[in-house]
Amino acid sequence: MSFKIASSPHQHSQRSTSQLMRLVVLACIPGIAVQAVLFGYGVLIQLLLAVITAWLSEALVLMLRRKAVFIRLKDNSAMLTAVLLAVAIPPYAPWWIIVIGTAFAIIMVKQLYGGLGNNLFNPAMAAYVLLLVSFPLQMTQWLPPHSLQSVTLTPLDAVCSIFTQYSCSGFSLAQLQANVDGVTMATPLDTLRTGLSRGLTLDESLQNPVFFAFAGAGWLWVNLAYLVGGLVLIQQKAIGWRIPVAVLASLFVLSAIASLAAPDSIAGPLFHLFSGGTMLAAFFIATDPVSASTTNKGRLIYGALIGLLVFLIRSFGGYPDAYAFAVLLANMAVPLIDYYTRPRTYGHRQRSELK
Amino acid sequence: MPSLFKQIQAGAIWDFHGGIHPPSRKQNTSQKPVAVMPLPDRLYIPLRQHIGVAGQLLVKTGERVLKGQPLTSADNSMTVPVHAPTSGTVLQITPHTSPHPSALPELTLVLEPDGLDEWREREPLNFASSDKMQLLNRIQDSGIAGMGGAGFPTHLKTGVNQPVDYLIINAVECEPYITADDLLIQEAATTIVKGIDILCRLLNPKAVLIGIEDDKPIAAAAMMAACSQREHYYVRTVPTKYPSGGEKQLIQLLTNKEVPNGRRPLDIGIVMQNVGTAFAIAQAVLDDHPLISRIVTVTGDTLSQPQNVIALLGTPVSDLLQYCGFQAEPAQRVIMGGPMMGFALPDLSVPVVKTTNCILAPTAKEMPAPAQEMDCIRCSACADACPASLLPQQLLWYSKAKDSDKLKEYNLADCIECGACAYVCPSEIPLVQYYRVAKADIREQQREALKAEQAKARFEARNARLEREKQERLERNQQLAAARQQQQQASGANTAVADALARIKAKQAQTAAPQDELSKAQLQAEREQKKQQAREYQQQKALAAQQAAATEPASTESPSATSSDKASAVAAAIARAKAKKAAQQSDTTEADNVDIAVKAEGSEQNATDPRKAAIAAAIARAKAKQQTQPAQDATADNSAEPVGEVASPPPAAESDPRKAAVAAALARAKAKKAQDSAKGNEQTEQVTSAQPAEPDEAGKSITAASEPTDKDTDPRKAAIAAAIARAKARKQADSEKS
Repeated sequence: MSFKIASSPHQHSQRSTSQLMRLVVLACIPGIAVQAVLFGYGVLIQLLLAVITAWLSEALVLMLRRKAVFIRLKDNSAMLTAVLLAVAIPPYAPWWIIVIGTAFAIIMVKQLYGGLGNNLFNPAMAAYVLLLVSFPLQMTQWLPPHSLQSVTLTPLDAVCSIFTQYSCSGFSLAQLQANVDGVTMATPLDTLRTGLSRGLTLDESLQNPVFFAFAGAGWLWVNLAYLVGGLVLIQQKAIGWRIPVAVLASLFVLSAIASLAAPDSIAGPLFHLFSGGTMLAAFFIATDPVSASTTNKGRLIYGALIGLLVFLIRSFGGYPDAYAFAVLLANMAVPLIDYYTRPRTYGHRQRSELK
Repeated sequence: MPSLFKQIQAGAIWDFHGGIHPPSRKQNTSQKPVAVMPLPDRLYIPLRQHIGVAGQLLVKTGERVLKGQPLTSADNSMTVPVHAPTSGTVLQITPHTSPHPSALPELTLVLEPDGLDEWREREPLNFASSDKMQLLNRIQDSGIAGMGGAGFPTHLKTGVNQPVDYLIINAVECEPYITADDLLIQEAATTIVKGIDILCRLLNPKAVLIGIEDDKPIAAAAMMAACSQREHYYVRTVPTKYPSGGEKQLIQLLTNKEVPNGRRPLDIGIVMQNVGTAFAIAQAVLDDHPLISRIVTVTGDTLSQPQNVIALLGTPVSDLLQYCGFQAEPAQRVIMGGPMMGFALPDLSVPVVKTTNCILAPTAKEMPAPAQEMDCIRCSACADACPASLLPQQLLWYSKAKDSDKLKEYNLADCIECGACAYVCPSEIPLVQYYRVAKADIREQQREALKAEQAKARFEARNARLEREKQERLERNQQLAAARQQQQQASGANTAVADALARIKAKQAQTAAPQDELSKAQLQAEREQKKQQAREYQQQKALAAQQAAATEPASTESPSATSSDKASAVAAAIARAKAKKAAQQSDTTEADNVDIAVKAEGSEQNATDPRKAAIAAAIARAKAKQQTQPAQDATADNSAEPVGEVASPPPAAESDPRKAAVAAALARAKAKKAQDSAKGNEQTEQVTSAQPAEPDEAGKSITAASEPTDKDTDPRKAAIAAAIARAKARKQADSEKS
């Protein structure tokens, strides 16, 4: 009888990469649901397009690289990238936006760097930046929440808009963006930015109907939903607490200090935490294990760096929201952060004593 | 320190970084009593079951041994013996699959039990009245090596001179499935405490800390009860977490201390012993029962009766499994040790040894074979699990890249191979396997580097030795030369030569003062002396030959006399020319001389066509002469002159032989001249006359020696004259003789 030889350990925890990625995708569901309900069904169509594009692109490159395709598609990492990009772009952006973005994310940012685990940058965010820089108009056409829309869009309208740029009843995106009074509605962050740049004070800017309570109308709920999903991930130990906490804490502290110093021109910490993509980025994007820091200390630094960059770009930069840029810049710093935050090995005193 | 001690007394427990919580599955075996295995048919006893070297064999094939009889000797400190686990006959001593991950065959004694289980004589020690040395010897002679897994000889760990603050008894048993220590404590806590008493006697620690995981409440209670009389024994339950039974981890758990990098626990005043070792010590000292059996957990879902058994060392794994109702699956894995650090066995003839605590035969469902390795996603779950606070994902990266510098920088050597990283890895990367390979590579590199260094040292030593020998030889030669010179001066013989040598030396010293130049000159002088001797010898020989040659033509007085004379003369010339050629070839600068010699040979051959035989004979003769001379000193002068002497005796002064002689002499003179000018003052030494003369006068000096009246400055003429004179002299001599 022959016996199977294997190296120790012979026992494995039963959580695989595939399950991990699937869990993260599942945790996105509350956020996606709120987005779909409040901002229209466009996001679902974008999701579908993105996932299909991601799978096709991944399979194509894997075949070209002569790698086993199925087992790698099964790891769900391409799906996660697609989902994160799909929820980040405007829900009624033309279909080719998401296709180009996803294909770029998978082929250029992920596979050309060597595939899963080897990419320097977060694929979804790199693609987002590509799209934002290349197609600024399409990438900023966010519709206001349903409650503020002059025309109610059906799921069929969503399909028509994405594929033809016009809803079934013939409204263009620009028309749909306008409210009942015919005033074009932008995202809360964009509105605030425009208001401040026109010389309005913070309070005056916040009079716009796109704002609700201490944040943007609709966006508050989206952020809360992603927060819930993120907390589930932490509870499930799919992600560590360090990066999200560092991102949020850094953003909170900086905006608190700044808004105390300049209350008329800097939004408060709660506004920052619950506007734009804060929660999505803090729990789902910044925590991408491949491109994030891998040491415990490093994760705190990495998260804090993202919070700082977001705050700076939102408050003083040229873009209303800044997670993509912040995450990419922090990705670049990761090797350095990791190098200088190596933990002290058991029985060793100081890293410096080694050499 | 006192505060730490107080904390420990107060029951403080610390934590270590990382760790995992795999399902323990200990309940399969922890509730059943320990069974005693029946005697197996064969016992396979590896001669080395500890870290160190095997002892010398004490028994022979076919010999009957008694239970407890040592089979090997403990002849040095790194050796512990193995004993016969029962009485029986030694069947053979042969390599057998070893209980080691490599499964390489190791020398194993095969014992056939006779079923009598007959003990050797036993001498229990009185613990109270024995001294430390006796106890240590008993521990060593009983073959006790660390039973927790490493198998380090226990007498080395207990026979220490450094002060010990804490003796830690490791009863943690953190690997899943294994309950051998648990059961041992449940059944023999009092004996264990006696073993600890002996250890305390040897180590004299401030306190004894007994660490037990909190998933073994019965064992912990039994241990506490057994220790109730000992006031400085502290039983500490630690939270269940793998690998809290690792030496370093348990030290951290119980004392909050870390063993510094590259040091031993003893350096921070801690000695750790396994609970099984303590039990074995008690048995050895109090019962004179050497280490011949141990408790082994036999478990896994393929067994109908998983349980702990007392197995004799050497019992094949197959017997254990069979005893517990083994039903093998296809692609069955049988693991010696626990699921985290154990190793898969290639076959089941592998025996139980001193460090075997578990045989695990899981089903595929229970312990699925590792799935395909996927790419690392840098989730660093491994880093969170690592008890040594390493960065396994970085180590993986550098292991794959074979970057040994980086691996060192990231402290690969501190990896204890506990497998926690590979356990948590979602991509199912066999991290530990990568590290083992990398460690082996690094070890190999270090070995290579060491080899290279040694080779370099050897090479340098050799060079130094050669240099030294050269110097010694030189000195010796100088001394010899000096001695010989003195001898010569004393005897008065060869004073002329000695004078000449002395003069030359002086000259050399003047021209080129350096030390080595001087020694060279001495060497040269020595060599010249040898040459001189050789020359004298050859002259004598030549004289004899000459006489022989002279008598021959005289006796055969015939019409062909002239022609024969002619022939001999030609032969002589050829021989001379050849000799000269040979000499010239040794000195490549004298190209024109070669030409001359060749020409001479050619012309002579033309003139003497008919008598080839005679020529050949002469050539042969000449060659023979040449060979007799010492090769290193063969100069034109040395070789050519005696040949010339031999060949010159033609009695009839016919024009042909004369011409030949003239040509020969001419060639000789030229050669000498060229040599002289080339070699400078060296050549002058060859001159036997008392007048050393300038190099260009060398040729002249030859004639001066034989025909002192001729003062012609033309060396050619002088040579001709000399040859003529010589020929005449010979003729005269011959005619006189005849």
